[in-house]
Amino acid sequence: MTPEELTQMRDQTRQKKSDCKHCVNVCTAAGCLSLRSDQLKDAIDKAVHHAGRQDEVTVKSVGCMGLCSGGPLVSVESGDDEVMYHDVKPEDAGELVQSLDTEPVKRLQCPSDMPFFTQQTKIVLENSGKIDPELLEDYIANDGYAALTKALTEMSPEDVIKEVQTSGLRGRGGGGYPTGLKWSTVAKSPGQKKYVICNADEGDPGAFMDRSVLESDPHRVLEGMALAAYAVGADAGYIYVRAEYPLAIARLKRAIRQAERAGLLGAHIGGSTFRFMIELRLGAGAFVCGEETALIASVEGKRGQPRPRPPYPAQRGLWGCPTLINNVETFANIAPIVRNGGDWFASIGTEKAKGTKVFALAGKINNTGLIEVPMGISLREIVENIGGGVPDGKQFKAVQTGGPSGGCIPIDHLDMPVEYDTLKQLGSIMGSGGMIIMDETSNMVDVARYFMEFCMSESCGKCVPCRVGTWQMHELLTKIIAGEAAPKDLDLLKELCEVVQNTSLCGLGMTSPNPVLSTLRYFEHEYLERLNTNGHGATAEAASTEGA
Amino acid sequence: MNMSTLATPQVITLQIDGQDVSARADESILDVARENGIDIPTMCHLDGLDPVGACRLCLIEIEGTPKLLPACMTYAEEGMRVLTDSPRLQKYRRTILELIFAERNHVCSVCVSNGHCELQNMAVKLGVSHVTVAYRYPKMEVDSSHDRFRLDHNRCILCTRCVRVCDAVEGAHTKDVMGRGVLSAIIHDLNEPWGDSDTCTSCGKCVHVCPTGALVEKGTASSEMAKRTQFLPYLTRMREHHS
Repeated sequence: MTPEELTQMRDQTRQKKSDCKHCVNVCTAAGCLSLRSDQLKDAIDKAVHHAGRQDEVTVKSVGCMGLCSGGPLVSVESGDDEVMYHDVKPEDAGELVQSLDTEPVKRLQCPSDMPFFTQQTKIVLENSGKIDPELLEDYIANDGYAALTKALTEMSPEDVIKEVQTSGLRGRGGGGYPTGLKWSTVAKSPGQKKYVICNADEGDPGAFMDRSVLESDPHRVLEGMALAAYAVGADAGYIYVRAEYPLAIARLKRAIRQAERAGLLGAHIGGSTFRFMIELRLGAGAFVCGEETALIASVEGKRGQPRPRPPYPAQRGLWGCPTLINNVETFANIAPIVRNGGDWFASIGTEKAKGTKVFALAGKINNTGLIEVPMGISLREIVENIGGGVPDGKQFKAVQTGGPSGGCIPIDHLDMPVEYDTLKQLGSIMGSGGMIIMDETSNMVDVARYFMEFCMSESCGKCVPCRVGTWQMHELLTKIIAGEAAPKDLDLLKELCEVVQNTSLCGLGMTSPNPVLSTLRYFEHEYLERLNTNGHGATAEAASTEGA
Repeated sequence: MNMSTLATPQVITLQIDGQDVSARADESILDVARENGIDIPTMCHLDGLDPVGACRLCLIEIEGTPKLLPACMTYAEEGMRVLTDSPRLQKYRRTILELIFAERNHVCSVCVSNGHCELQNMAVKLGVSHVTVAYRYPKMEVDSSHDRFRLDHNRCILCTRCVRVCDAVEGAHTKDVMGRGVLSAIIHDLNEPWGDSDTCTSCGKCVHVCPTGALVEKGTASSEMAKRTQFLPYLTRMREHHS
């Protein structure tokens, strides 16, 4: 597809859309789909046909609209007006279609001034819930592949890297490594063959940002990868996506096929000399395969185990070639950066953290779902305002960020800005974007044990400290919870935390003590309360909290 | 003769434990240290096999690097300042060794490798006289299905020397690792009894590279199983000469 054809398709699709009086968008991402939004869409379709209005009303499957707790979600676009509906059932379809030219259905309508919608800044999710993820033309109508065309016709690979460097974008997979720096390292690494890998092995408990992006806007990730390949000089790419995301996989496969047919992937992309192919690789359920060296081993067909770094994949990656690995959200940021310029991106966020971050709100919070907020926003804003606070009148206790590598942040620090460095100072990490909110009923030792159990069962078993250390720490936490631990057991736990943190081979092991360390830092009394100091079995107090 | 046309590997100098040493840029810190009489403890490493950096005993401190790095897989660089035996490293090594002892059932007194065991020697060397972490006491199997050899999972420390020698030196790749975490285990082919393996050549290399009493020759009684690892450096050298 030449740039001219692309523009033509964009304009045609836009025209078609503006010809339609009403556009009814039904969320068909995994969350709403699990509430049978496919049946809902069929019902609305039928109602439209029944009313004989199929010429002026389009019913469309779209991606995630964010407010998963209110699913199935439907939005109705009528010209410039948009009305959002929550908890829509198939039996509401008739009423919904009837209301199109009159007043919206009040009982299903989401308040339009809801902070959940008004306080967000959408870059990564700009098309989520707006376009049909299965239609290439829908993505193109929203400036899709415009960045790739711009790069191929107006920019050198160095220009692309420079734009990404100017943007200040940092890796969204957890580490926060400067993306532009990584790209320029791979670009400068000597080698004829280079690879680009998209890490879509999202595995943190409670995190579903990447799944949502892949299900809602797969072409955005492909475009980001193609831009990366052009910038670093790669001609082949892999998306390593976990097999537990069947819908994301199906939509990715379809998107790759569409892009290949349209000449936006493959040889002579956009009529240029640039070639780039993308293949999918499915993870087989190992969390550690999100670690880049383990991921590479897995793509190579080996046992998914990490190896010591250096050498980093940028120097020696897939099959020994220089390899660029970024995660889904990082790649999803690339097209807007190239399209609008690095300076535009750098104007959003804070001094040290640019742009936005997608978070998955889960746990004890009213508005569970997916949000995108500018970097530097306070945790309080996210939890109390956007998230709508803790349900059932309970007290907020802590928010867990960063998954099993992260930590728990208590109420005293809620006003801290969400940034890589501040979260680190608080003993947690930005991580990939999972946020689990806990109320007063959660016990922090239980939380620590939950994450330790996760790390223990996900340890690949290669290095001794992680393999045996996580087992030992899990054992000690279990003992503390049972009220059978002595003060010296807590000392041993702290000692093991230090050893495992400093001696493990990869990030999984090195960060596995974080949930223990952060809960010890803010909630040590909960550990002490459960210690058995008299040497006669469980104390009455410990036994009573156990039952809670 | 023009000196610049000579293909010489880059020779550099660095400091290990305050001692100035010279090295080629493709040499590991472990090799350079041992060459200069500085011993760094190792368990999974064996000369002649590709390093994996898994046991974490050879971790070293490098000035200016926040992470501890495995000496077996860290390569010499100009001006590097390396510490191999700081109090912190000593403490970590002892804990790691304790973790190994607690993981499975290492009962020396009844082991055929008693007195010839690298794990036992390491405990003596690092001064690990007792274990403070909890013993797991897992119930592990013993595979005696092979005519000449036995695999006792109770004594295995998952160093994967046997896997590597079988794959890279013998070329059979009969052995590999199954499962993950503490449930990891050495298997033959697709988890078959060793004796049923089609790929095993019965060469016995795995037995002799095994640091403990996990892989042994049948017919040995307590303390009788001494390993002979001399073949490995010899084979490696012969192959290097011919390649």
